Amino acid sequence: MSFRDWYRADRLPTIYCAGCGNGTVINCALHAVDTLGWRWEDTIFVSGIGCSSRAPGYIRTDSLHTTHGRALAFATGIKLARPELHVVVFTGDGDLAAIGGNHFIHACRRNVDMTVICMNNWIYGMTGGQGSPTTPRGAITTTTPYGSGEGVFDLSALAVAAGANHVARWTSYHVKELTNAIDAGLRTPGFSLIEVLTQCPTAYGRRNKLREVSDTIEYLKTHAILLQRYNRLVAEGKPVPEDMFTVGEFVRRNRPAMGVPP
Amino acid sequence: MSRVEFMQGNTACAEGALAAGCGFFAGYPITPSTEVAEHMAAKLPKRKGVFVQMEDEIASIAAVIGASWTGARAMTATSGPGFSLMMENLGYAVMTETPCVVVNIQRGGPSTGQPTLGAQGDMLQCRFGSHGDYSIIALSPSSVQEMFELTAKAFSLSERYRVPAFLMGDEIIGHMRERLTIPDSVEVAARRRLEPGTLPYTAGEDGIPGFPTFGQGYGVHVTGLTHDERGYPAATNPRLHEKLVMRLVHKVESARKEMADYVVTNPGAEQVFISYGAPARSVFQLLHDRPGEEIGHLRLRVVWPFPEFALGEFPDAKTFLVPEMNLGQVAREIQRHTDVPVIPVPRLGGDLHPPAMLAKALEASR
Repeated sequence: MSFRDWYRADRLPTIYCAGCGNGTVINCALHAVDTLGWRWEDTIFVSGIGCSSRAPGYIRTDSLHTTHGRALAFATGIKLARPELHVVVFTGDGDLAAIGGNHFIHACRRNVDMTVICMNNWIYGMTGGQGSPTTPRGAITTTTPYGSGEGVFDLSALAVAAGANHVARWTSYHVKELTNAIDAGLRTPGFSLIEVLTQCPTAYGRRNKLREVSDTIEYLKTHAILLQRYNRLVAEGKPVPEDMFTVGEFVRRNRPAMGVPP
Repeated sequence: MSRVEFMQGNTACAEGALAAGCGFFAGYPITPSTEVAEHMAAKLPKRKGVFVQMEDEIASIAAVIGASWTGARAMTATSGPGFSLMMENLGYAVMTETPCVVVNIQRGGPSTGQPTLGAQGDMLQCRFGSHGDYSIIALSPSSVQEMFELTAKAFSLSERYRVPAFLMGDEIIGHMRERLTIPDSVEVAARRRLEPGTLPYTAGEDGIPGFPTFGQGYGVHVTGLTHDERGYPAATNPRLHEKLVMRLVHKVESARKEMADYVVTNPGAEQVFISYGAPARSVFQLLHDRPGEEIGHLRLRVVWPFPEFALGEFPDAKTFLVPEMNLGQVAREIQRHTDVPVIPVPRLGGDLHPPAMLAKALEASR
């Protein structure tokens, strides 16, 4: 099979805006499950609410498009009831970290065997561009018209601290690395978070001097710093360039997990 | 051989669920329902079932719905505050037609209210609490035996009609200890499978589609959005939305007779008590204390969908007296269906109606 065969052909095209990064992320995810040899009959995609959460509707597997923020709780029920099924969750920064924040840390703590792919575009896209828990300080959104004054969640750090077995962050620019990270997540027993920074030209970019799609891609490319390089700079006491974000694999470990097939 | 036990209502509820083949329980501790979860936590793992304590009641009902899509008979148990938290996902279960059983051991509200005392204040919340129009099934036990029987029945109805079924108990019945006869086996209707080649949301004549269990190659998309028969979102199609909601309501309401479960005492009476749950016991006492008088009693074991035809069992009725541990939630429903005067007999505070209170209401209505 090819990743293309995982799509629900009669549902395409997607509702995503021109230039949206979500399609790239879905392609990477489907490429990873396909390459791993998973069968679509045994794979369940789950999601909550938001642009990211429309993804399972375009995939031919059994899929559960649930309520806002609760995808991980639904997915926990599926995985614990039938551990032999593969469970992959698509979510976004608002869905996972705001309304779903509590379910997020508890799913990490339980270390339920699932792979969670978070499309973090720093904004609520579906409702037209409101600030989220990952909206950078100073960024303009419809609910932060004078610039966001709130702090920002580091989703990957949160997942590591809460106990997930595998945590990685990449961007929609780094498609090869992203696909490999998802592959590692699928293979790791226990909870895996793949945080993907991705562009939302419609709701975020145009209000924040990233008007062209390529502007955000360029930003992601130039502001990502590999975790190993970051650590080396810190160890050597060298300055780390400001407003860079780390990418790479933050943790891969083998803590006791729930819902792992026997 | 059936076996006889002396058991608490909440434990009997859990035993009823196990007898009905419940294989998945997700819950969160809350007084006065916690014993249901505790008993499931002890028993389920020994039967290859799954018990999980979630981070809150929102997650509990979500996990139950997820498990149900893998084919498991799944249940949660809670009380007022947790019940309120579950409302959004209960609407999701209605919209996606997910069988699930929700036990509510009611306590005094609003808010934190009276955690350790009984009430029936959630009877309308279970009927209408989630947004949008819909219908559900609710059963109300009046004894420990019925905690067992009606929990099992809730599974049967939920599996058959693909709609959440509520066991609307209360603290009094939940914490009371009584004799319980546990039968060897309990019959539970099976979820009808989706016929291959049929669209997942194409319903039969009864308005109920076959169930496409996850992991069996159906490739079904399940969404809380308004969806067409393929299960695909079609949220901006006005007539399709209307048709879907009407079917969800109709599949329950058109089966009122089939689901009806009530007990009639003294059908020739002019004065008739209508009760469900714990207050039925006060009515029993009153009837017991006044053996010479013909006092009618309609006791509802299924409250929703409301069996309005049951009122016709009392052709000579001149008054319906409705003792409830709320301000008249079901009395309001009864009024919609009859010209006979309906007199609510509300009791708030957590304790049962004393029989003398019912006697007084009876005298006043004459």
